[in-house]
Amino acid sequence: MSFAGLVLDGLLALSLPVLAWRALSARDLYRAVILFITFGVILALAWARLGAPDIALAEAAIGAGITGALLLNTVGGLSRKNDKDDERPDEPTDRVGRPWRTRLAVTVPVTILAGGLAWAVLSFPAPVVDMPSLVGEAVAEGEVSHPVTAVLLDYRSYDTFLEIGVLLLAALCVWSLGLSAVRSTAPEAVSGSPVLAGFVRLLAPAMVVSGVYLLWAGTSQPGGAFQAGAVLGALGVVMVLTGLLVPSLGRGGVVRAGLALGFAVFLLVGVVSMLATGGFLAYPEGFEYGLILAIEFFLTFSIALTLTALFTTVPPREKGGGA
Amino acid sequence: MSSVDMYLLSGVAVFAVCAYALVVHAHLIRKVIAINMMGSGVFVLLTAIARRGDETDPVPHAMVLTGIVVAVSATAFALAVVRKLHEATGHAYLPEEGEDAPPDGGGG
Repeated sequence: MSFAGLVLDGLLALSLPVLAWRALSARDLYRAVILFITFGVILALAWARLGAPDIALAEAAIGAGITGALLLNTVGGLSRKNDKDDERPDEPTDRVGRPWRTRLAVTVPVTILAGGLAWAVLSFPAPVVDMPSLVGEAVAEGEVSHPVTAVLLDYRSYDTFLEIGVLLLAALCVWSLGLSAVRSTAPEAVSGSPVLAGFVRLLAPAMVVSGVYLLWAGTSQPGGAFQAGAVLGALGVVMVLTGLLVPSLGRGGVVRAGLALGFAVFLLVGVVSMLATGGFLAYPEGFEYGLILAIEFFLTFSIALTLTALFTTVPPREKGGGA
Repeated sequence: MSSVDMYLLSGVAVFAVCAYALVVHAHLIRKVIAINMMGSGVFVLLTAIARRGDETDPVPHAMVLTGIVVAVSATAFALAVVRKLHEATGHAYLPEEGEDAPPDGGGG
């Protein structure tokens, strides 16, 4: 087991930089994105091996899934515009070549950097503070038993609060660019296909159930708002792709409120707990579990909606909506 | 060499490969992929560091989880800017030195 495990770890560790290299030097951008998604899946496996199932779940859903979909969408958008443009027939491949001197001039510092970093990470001093047992003690005091969720939402909740703020900000920035939706190549043939519609109908309940399960499990096992939000966000992307959801997602006011809901509830809980206990997001005794679950519930909803909005990039209409 | 060491080196290698590609490739989508993967290299490093002791340290895990979400936000915004630039100039790369600048590069 241990030898087989070591071989597996070696293969995973080796394939990550190789895949990164292949993805970035692939001639065709579609191929680059597919290799990027493969990289994400291998990365998720590596994290599962490193005893980090929470991150593995998040990477598989967000890193490989949502980011891959975003990249494919963008590459599709760029290459389709070029099809109309006869002068540039087949970009998505890039065509700015570099002379070997430039490549060498970049290779030398990067090699030195890599060597220095490798030496640094292999000669790390032993940790001075025993963090795991400190965290273990703090978690034992709290009401949420899964350490990663406890760190995220109990005693480092300020980070998580700002993180949902970043997500909201990204959606607002993308909307402010005023892009139009990327059109599907064969909207009639694909969106109207009964096989696809039937497949989504089968897939949707399973995804909703796994999302809710991940959310619920998060307090005691790997899972939580971000993984659940990513699964539901992926469902949103699939629904947009099959035409079940319009790219602008609905009426402007409702979508905006939905995006801001997670952040708003988090802020409200923070302020109320500050009035009650004197510390921002210092939950009062006995309410911790309920408050964390409530925050996670609204976070999941907002994360799912934000990820879908980041995918469609189309700002909601002010009046009437897209329905 | 333990498996944690292998993952530490793997993270460093991913970071270095992507740093090279970030400078060498001109196409902006490639640059976005390179930055995103550089982040993944750092995450591998952090997770491997969390694994060094007898117990797994959950604090770096929470940081990586936060990092993944911030990375997808930044990537989504970067890709939107690339699309806007492409709409405005017809190019998905920035003007090189000595090359004619696109008519109006001020998109986004």
